[in-house]
Amino acid sequence: MQLEKFSYDNEIVRKFTIATTVWGLVGMLVGLIIATQLFVPALNLNIPFLTFGRIRPLHTNAVIFAFVGNAIFMGIYYSLQRLCKARMFSDLLSNIHFWGWQLIIVAAAITLPLGITTSKEYAELEWPIDIMIAVVWIAFGINMFGTIIKRREKHMYVAIWFYIATWVTVTVLHVVNSIELPVSLLKSYPIYAGVQDALVQWWYGHNAVAFFLTTPYLGLMYYFLPKAANRPVYSYKLSILHFWTLVFIYIWAGPHHLLYSALPDWAQSLGTVFSIMLIAPSWGGMINGLLTLRGAWDRVRENPILKFMVVAVTAYGMATFEGPTLSLKSVNAIAHFTDWIIAHVHVGALGWNGFLTFGILYWLVPKLWKTNLYSKKLANFHFWIGFLGIVFYAFSMWFSGITQSLMWKQFTPLGVLQYPNFLETVLQIVPMYIIRMIGGSLYFVGVIVMVYNLFKTAKQGSFAKEETAEAPALEKFKDPLMRGVIHRFLEGKPALFIFLTLITVLVASVFEFVPMFLIKSNIPTIASVKPYTPLELQGRDIYIREACNSCHSQLVRPFRSETERYGEYSKAGEFVYDHPFLWGSKRTGPDLHRIGGKYPNLWHYLHMENPTSMSPGSLMPSYPWLHTNDLNITSTESKINAMRSLGVPYPEGYEKIANDDLQMQAEQIATDLQNAGAHAEPNKEIIALIAYLQRLGTDIKAKSNMTEQAGN
Amino acid sequence: MIVLLIGVSLFVAIGFLIAFLIAVKKGQYKDTHTPAIRVLFDDNTEEKNKEENKSESN
Repeated sequence: MQLEKFSYDNEIVRKFTIATTVWGLVGMLVGLIIATQLFVPALNLNIPFLTFGRIRPLHTNAVIFAFVGNAIFMGIYYSLQRLCKARMFSDLLSNIHFWGWQLIIVAAAITLPLGITTSKEYAELEWPIDIMIAVVWIAFGINMFGTIIKRREKHMYVAIWFYIATWVTVTVLHVVNSIELPVSLLKSYPIYAGVQDALVQWWYGHNAVAFFLTTPYLGLMYYFLPKAANRPVYSYKLSILHFWTLVFIYIWAGPHHLLYSALPDWAQSLGTVFSIMLIAPSWGGMINGLLTLRGAWDRVRENPILKFMVVAVTAYGMATFEGPTLSLKSVNAIAHFTDWIIAHVHVGALGWNGFLTFGILYWLVPKLWKTNLYSKKLANFHFWIGFLGIVFYAFSMWFSGITQSLMWKQFTPLGVLQYPNFLETVLQIVPMYIIRMIGGSLYFVGVIVMVYNLFKTAKQGSFAKEETAEAPALEKFKDPLMRGVIHRFLEGKPALFIFLTLITVLVASVFEFVPMFLIKSNIPTIASVKPYTPLELQGRDIYIREACNSCHSQLVRPFRSETERYGEYSKAGEFVYDHPFLWGSKRTGPDLHRIGGKYPNLWHYLHMENPTSMSPGSLMPSYPWLHTNDLNITSTESKINAMRSLGVPYPEGYEKIANDDLQMQAEQIATDLQNAGAHAEPNKEIIALIAYLQRLGTDIKAKSNMTEQAGN
Repeated sequence: MIVLLIGVSLFVAIGFLIAFLIAVKKGQYKDTHTPAIRVLFDDNTEEKNKEENKSESN
């Protein structure tokens, strides 16, 4: 058979390798800053761009999409070429993919601190960047599928399947969750509202974890772990089973993020059941990874690369056991909104994603630069300090989450809340926040040491852009039926293939859009729930800009401990005009759904200027710029118009007079504040925010008043 | 909305199911032993080339 000579593109792997380490440093540094801000709130220096709410999404986006994202591409571009015995389909697409992805990251790093955000977790980027992501992702897809089509190895190794599932599912998720109506160049509203928006968001959020942080990494595990151990995976059959069961089950587990919420009960149960089922494939995969090292455990003692990988696979097993546990309603009742969830994601992120990335980097860099690792000692140091960091991080957050949750739920024998002041439960866990920061610092030091070690390694080696290889051409498919014909036809026509891919994506999009317009909302409406006034709407967008929802939930669960503390539990019908929903996922501060009317305007005014003036010891940062920034009211008209096209019943022509109403309401609040002794001006942002906060959760109060009156 | 998401999820799941059936039909899983071993071999043509060059120069 004819041997074909070709070469592997190592240059693109090198680029992604460098990007992985650089963005890893940046993302983890930002994480360290926000971890410190949680017990030293003054660290925001009263600068909006450095405040927790704005840079927390910077941390999550940087570590997920920049660090892990680039690591995925690094691993795929290296392994896919070798598994397919083919160079990447197109060098141009490789470069478009690389530079496009970095551009997206830079755009994120600029827009997020500016407060340009959709507020949806892990999908905060605004619509122009969403489009960029889609374009770059499709370029990556064409490049990957092109390579698979022109492969010289008939069998597709299991890792390739994981890569394919990643691409397909992330495409669908990104499209469905990013359907939004632009209001301006940098502002949009999602077309879904309230409960529906929440459901789409967590269907996305969960599957982003599944198909961005898990399946591609499993692909990498199945390639790099056997390579590093120099022995085949324990059971190839099990790996195939792992893949197919995982992709079938994973996509259904999303609703477990919304247990005890206003989501229908059966959807919550569906999420729980599938989450429990996920233990089987996940643990099958973990066991397969660990048993790959059977009879080679002596080498694990010697080899830092294997050490990293063993801990990574173990962390995968722990996180995929903890996750289903957390989706049990009784456990979720305790853990949701607390630091337990933070512990859970960081076991996954620091252990599974982080350590597997480090293992791959220590294996790949010497390989690419054709040398040995500069210092095994430093790599071992990195392993131990990183491992210690994870232990400090996870245990402090587990302790903190359970402690705080139990305090929230504790009643005295007389039946009143034992800790009615939320702040008390926060101050209790401050030591845990400090320990978490120490854990994070240890982990970060390890990464710095790694970067130094890898840099020295690269310096002593010599990098070759091309690596020559040879393999026989793939035998043409011999198929007595016509099955292979279409396939071969497509193979020969990349342009047509790209075109058909696009058509498929478009058809899929239409398929997703159409039911939107056909299905009538099944959310029970509440007559007293009215659209936001223009001032409240503007205030709500400030709430989104400052990402108040990253620390405050707006969802009172139907537990006595919560209704005692916050008020009536949240009803699905209360959120029908909420584009986007702002339920939040974490209670670093108290729930705000029933905050409306709880305090006078002046309390909010002073509290936002300096939280400790109203709640001594508070860990909330100050927002003094809200008191000096003028409210931008030029956007009111387009916002009202956008909301109306999304189904919010503002009367026709209201957009023209909306600002009159806005100013009237602002005057009222300002007058009230002035009467109370504050030097408030009606045209400042704080007025709009107060208007929104005072509105929150009050619609239903009006209703109960009305029914009472009717009863009388 | 739930119907939509279930629809999309089913769409994805059925897509994977079809992919799985095609993979089985095409004989992707006939051999579940050698692929695991094959990945361990590097192509190493450069070292081979060097050796060839050496023998040629001799």
